[in-house]
Amino acid sequence: MNVKTFVKKYTMVIALVVVFIFFSFWTDGKLLLAQNMSNLLLQNAYVLVMACGMLLCILTGGNIDLSVGSTVCLIGAIAAQLMSKHNMNAYAVIILCLLLSVVIGMWQGFWIGYIHIPPFICTLAGMFLFRGIGRAILESKTIAINNKTFLDTFASYIEIPGLDKDVKWSAFIAGIAVACILVVVTAFNRIKKAKKGYKQASAVSQFAKIAVIDLLVIAYTWKLAHYKGIPVMALWVLAIVFIYAFITSKTAFGRYFYAVGGNEKATKLSGINTNKVYFLAYTSMSLLAGLSGLLIGARIGSINGDTGNSFEMDAIGSCFIGGASAYGGSGTVGGVVVGAILLGVINQGMSIKGLDNNWQYVVKGAVLLVAVIFDVVSNKKTGKAG
Amino acid sequence: MAEYILEMKNITKEFPGVKALDNVNLQVKPGEIHALVGENGAGKSTLMNVLSGTYPFGSYTGDIIYNGEECKFKTLHDSEEKGIVIIHQELALIPELSIGENMFLGNERKGLLGIDWDRTYHEASEHMQQVGLKEEATTLIKDIGTGKQQLVEIAKALSKDVKLLILDEPTSSLNEEDSKMLLDLLISFKQKGMTSIIISHKLNEISYVADKITVIRDGSTIETIDNADHNVDEARIISGMVGRELSDRYPSREHNISDKVGMEVKGWTVHHPLYTEKKVVDNVSFNVHRGEIVGFSGLQGAGRTELAMSIFGRSYGSDISGELKIDGETKELKNVRDAIKAGLAYVTEDRKGNGLILADSIAKNVTMSRLEKVCSKGIINIDKENAVAEEYREKLRTKTPSVQQAVGNLSGGNQQKVLLSKWMFADPEVLILDEPTRGIDVGAKYEIYCIMNDLVAQGKSVVMISSEMPELLGMCDRIYVMNEGKMVAEMPASEATQEKIMAAILQSDKK
Repeated sequence: MNVKTFVKKYTMVIALVVVFIFFSFWTDGKLLLAQNMSNLLLQNAYVLVMACGMLLCILTGGNIDLSVGSTVCLIGAIAAQLMSKHNMNAYAVIILCLLLSVVIGMWQGFWIGYIHIPPFICTLAGMFLFRGIGRAILESKTIAINNKTFLDTFASYIEIPGLDKDVKWSAFIAGIAVACILVVVTAFNRIKKAKKGYKQASAVSQFAKIAVIDLLVIAYTWKLAHYKGIPVMALWVLAIVFIYAFITSKTAFGRYFYAVGGNEKATKLSGINTNKVYFLAYTSMSLLAGLSGLLIGARIGSINGDTGNSFEMDAIGSCFIGGASAYGGSGTVGGVVVGAILLGVINQGMSIKGLDNNWQYVVKGAVLLVAVIFDVVSNKKTGKAG
Repeated sequence: MAEYILEMKNITKEFPGVKALDNVNLQVKPGEIHALVGENGAGKSTLMNVLSGTYPFGSYTGDIIYNGEECKFKTLHDSEEKGIVIIHQELALIPELSIGENMFLGNERKGLLGIDWDRTYHEASEHMQQVGLKEEATTLIKDIGTGKQQLVEIAKALSKDVKLLILDEPTSSLNEEDSKMLLDLLISFKQKGMTSIIISHKLNEISYVADKITVIRDGSTIETIDNADHNVDEARIISGMVGRELSDRYPSREHNISDKVGMEVKGWTVHHPLYTEKKVVDNVSFNVHRGEIVGFSGLQGAGRTELAMSIFGRSYGSDISGELKIDGETKELKNVRDAIKAGLAYVTEDRKGNGLILADSIAKNVTMSRLEKVCSKGIINIDKENAVAEEYREKLRTKTPSVQQAVGNLSGGNQQKVLLSKWMFADPEVLILDEPTRGIDVGAKYEIYCIMNDLVAQGKSVVMISSEMPELLGMCDRIYVMNEGKMVAEMPASEATQEKIMAAILQSDKK
């Protein structure tokens, strides 16, 4: 691989590295403090989770879901009220809330997939609807969440008695374990491919990539070990990211989202139920928005009528910064994660530096625009001849 | 006046990694119709894009001399100013706007305040008269057929005071009648002194209309043939295009037609999806045996595509009735999934719009209609998928650097092969091929015919819908003729001629 194709393939990763180094210096290394590194993940957990779902919607043809911020509020409100007013069991609340999110998603998916209401309009309506219902449920108050089981499920840290004292060694050990597993899995895959005589990438580049990832994982868990250890929320986020990465890259179900966005008519004539694809994209989106509502509720410890405001924009922005096509049909979960972290680093860095909230908006907007311009221009240049 | 109105000298144009044009020379005399022929990817369209300024001066080397002066066109606008107008294969008209609006798009007739609509429509109807288009200038483009849309494009060119008209595959989506009309129009313009360059795959049309024929192969000019007597040797053009003698344009095959009927359709009626009273297919019955190629002939709008798509899991039309048997078993196919499971495949005429995902790789396209074959428990085995795609690439000799290549980067003929791979991978018993050779070159056509022969040799049934009669006569065992939704004739290919088919269509019109 020459330099040019490398840069093109990993543009956003390189951008992330540059931005990260920049903010590290600018904040005199404060960004790298263990607490800040831990918060980087926690504060952006909801973005990462929702961006995965948003990617599926965007894949179907650049369609977005504007209602997710309101869904976060609605589901958070229901959870908070059930636990504070009705003292309901935390696990029952979680299951009920996730089921409700699915129902919300099916409601939107039905109109979009089967009745062909334009997604923009349908979810704009949802944005008002769910926000309104959420506020009504909250009775315009801020409701605190004190249920310990609920908070432990989403917002605690993993601690192994005896092992974790000042330094949470469990986090570091987990990091090394993950690094080892990655190497073993890669080697195993290569052997399997070699046996069947399939083509594969060069060993050097593949293991170099794994080495870099391993290094990052170990470094990050080292930081976590010096704060409070592995946050449970990180496990939720990782689970969602892995599930969605797997669905989009390895399953037939995931392939259909790309197909619909690439050419809906051809997909239909290939015997794929395109209505169902839309339906499921929006159902999954709302499920993840609901989960985000629970995550946010647990992290903040309360829900009010403005919870989740403009979250949809963070999720959508992450997808486009992460290289998803605005016309659908292309984009990866990996890219979206990089996009979300990039936004997160910018937010975090500017907050540490104490920059005004207003300027954060300006920078976010500029980054989104630059990312999309770069994407469009570089695609045009390398586009097909003639 | 100079001897040549246009001289292109030693034009060389490179794309990253490809030399699209290599020292091409083209000389066109005033008032002649000059045809440009060559396989897909030979460089015809590239050459015309160089001429029109789509590829600006500086991005190629060589000289363009037009009317005795050297031209350095930077944009399309520069060349149009000199009277060079290009009409592309894919029409550049906006369906929701009227004929008049389209004609003066980007070139609006302005009045004191904004557009002078009276003048626009008046001038539009004048130009429409010149091309013999009998429509109101206020009619929307979407409400007229492709043949008439092509005329609008030409009228639009006339409105720009055209001196040199370039037509890229003007008849590729027209039926024979409309094509003939268009060609005659070109001849009448010629008599008025206009020069045209026409790119086409249809050799009979070129022989009919062109005065000179320049053959291009692999980005170089092979020869320019004089066709003043309009009786050129087609074999000579073909051998020039493909670089070898194509002794037979249709590969021979053993006719092993089984007694078993692969597919039988009885009393099939389909209504229009929007105007539900209108019958698009009216009480049609036909059958195709195993090992047989059956052809469907007819003019555009005869209902052949609609018939095929309605059979294929009701993907067209409303209120469909009739009986469908596959291998003697009555089938009720409610959707495309059912149709594929029942062993049917429909290879669309519109490979870009309805067939392929251009941005996706060959491998992903090939497996799309039966993804479960490379899956276990819903998880795709990517290695197996690539291996399958590789297998079909070899089998169909698709020209591509790898199966990871995006389909949109392939030439028309190779795209068609990917589309065929996709449906062969679905492993159907009955294949319906809708215009399988449209817009692809002679060499690729031959290969597609060979694939069809392979399929019937394996005992499959093939239905071929085509607007090119020679192709039907050359390839099929039996030919059905449709007109206005009705089946009007059936004849063994051995007894069929183009005249008989046309006669069947015309007689049914009179009734």
